Amino acid sequence: MGMTITEKILAKHSSKSLVEPGQIIECEVGIVLGNDITAPIAINEFEKLDVKDVFDRDKIVLVPDHFTPNKDIKSAQQVRQIREFARKYNIKHFYETGRAGIEHAFLPEQGIVTAGDCVVGADSHTCAYGALGAFSTGVGSTDMAGTMITGKTWFKVPHSMKFIYYGKLNKWVYGKDLILYTIGKIGVEGARYRAMEFTGEVISSLPMEQRLTMCNMAIEAGAKSGIIEPDKITEEYLKNRSKRKPIFYFSDKDSKYVEQVEIDTSKIEPQVSFPHLPENAKKVSEASGIEIDQVFIGSCTNGWLSDLRIAAEILKGRKISPNVRCIVIPSTPEIYKQALKEGLIEIFINADAVFSTPTCGPCLGGHMGILAEGERAVSTSNRNFVGRMGHPESEVYLASPAVAAASAITGRITSPEEVL
Amino acid sequence: MVLRGKCWKFGDNIDTDVIIPARYLNTTNPNELALHVMEDADKEFVKKASKGDIIIGGNNFGCGSSREHAPIAIKGFGIACVIAKSFARIFFRNAINIGLPIIESSEFVDESDEGDEMEIITDEGIIKNISKQKEYKVREFPQFLQEIIDNGGLMNWIRKVKL
Repeated sequence: MGMTITEKILAKHSSKSLVEPGQIIECEVGIVLGNDITAPIAINEFEKLDVKDVFDRDKIVLVPDHFTPNKDIKSAQQVRQIREFARKYNIKHFYETGRAGIEHAFLPEQGIVTAGDCVVGADSHTCAYGALGAFSTGVGSTDMAGTMITGKTWFKVPHSMKFIYYGKLNKWVYGKDLILYTIGKIGVEGARYRAMEFTGEVISSLPMEQRLTMCNMAIEAGAKSGIIEPDKITEEYLKNRSKRKPIFYFSDKDSKYVEQVEIDTSKIEPQVSFPHLPENAKKVSEASGIEIDQVFIGSCTNGWLSDLRIAAEILKGRKISPNVRCIVIPSTPEIYKQALKEGLIEIFINADAVFSTPTCGPCLGGHMGILAEGERAVSTSNRNFVGRMGHPESEVYLASPAVAAASAITGRITSPEEVL
Repeated sequence: MVLRGKCWKFGDNIDTDVIIPARYLNTTNPNELALHVMEDADKEFVKKASKGDIIIGGNNFGCGSSREHAPIAIKGFGIACVIAKSFARIFFRNAINIGLPIIESSEFVDESDEGDEMEIITDEGIIKNISKQKEYKVREFPQFLQEIIDNGGLMNWIRKVKL
């Protein structure tokens, strides 16, 4: 019997020739990641065991990105704890504010993660790296601590679920719309414990940044991981980035899928997920007219350079509605620099948007744009749970950067078609 | 061990943002986190609930963020156990790793109401709804997970088995 790409990577990292869904295995982990919210607990747990060293100083990645530049004294204390830990154990991949980007954009961009890797990260959106052809999943802090000591962790081999996207992609429809539509179709636990494998002609021509957006949100369907078989686009992306040699794995033709979902993308319009679950995806036309107070363009899901270019294309020469605050945050310092070179930042500022240094900030209601009671936001991030971006009585509508930018101009949820 | 308490019932897809909102994630202190447990699902929860009580959830309990602060806040408050129809996978791992008792039982969740008095006999894997005079046998964990649970969590298991 054949194996899926996920099973093959897990077999390789557990030194087995074959693994099957449901089997519990122990894997060697290539990269273990933590941020300023999750790493402090991991460090506390690590220190309880009184071990002398980490398993490998080159394989631990610490990225303070959530409450940075630090928003208050307590957050600063947390980052100080990480900084001191990194110094004590001479951790190679510790990135200080100013050098750090949002982890799930920064690690692929810098080539710290690559195809064929087995990655765990104490952050649920770690599943993003599946876009590179890696097995990558979110864990908690104690799992991170255990992995920092042993270099290994256990997994139940997930069942794989195959998604086939075919047809043409409509104007103003992106990877973000595909994943919102998909979560709308299967629900927030539609892929619980499973690996979502994204395939089909549409995926084959989808640029890497949009693939990363899709895999990033696999967790929002409850999945353990999202993954895309590597191809020319992957090869091109990893070239000149990957710090280690990528290894390409492919699903066998006779590999088993617990479920197969076919999606005709020609029927998909730009999507908007209504509060308070990502599965509440509707066509933008069904949302038009909903008045908003804030727009956020950024996060590990949609703060890529291509996202900023789309937003700038729409905002160029226009003004944001006087009733709206628009916050634009590039995911990494590299993206920031490129946006500066291309004149995108000027476009945003001229349109009356805020442009900030990289941070997760508003996505999780951390800082840099918290919502007041009763306020409504369109956000390019990944979650619209109760209180996600601020007051428990506020509302978040998830959408692509195109819909977000168009909505910022009119002050209500708007299709990009309407403003261009 | 016998756990006894009153149950507090929540619906499907209780996410870790409502269990412990991100505005409180600038600390790792279990006592501080416990002050805000379930705050965005039920603002009055910490005033109403008592140590030793039990949280009941529907499907996909603990979905969303990987923040271990969620089970830590629940455990820190003194909640004895979370019983749900199903758990999101990261929350499931985190609860096992930190030694917060969790039980999956759709039957129990469907047949219990908020305020019911519960008893859990952990060694026998039995939950009793005393108010409704019903008894349920709990499904066993895979042996490997039971080993982590019996050792009181992942770090103790690593100390014993891996070092």
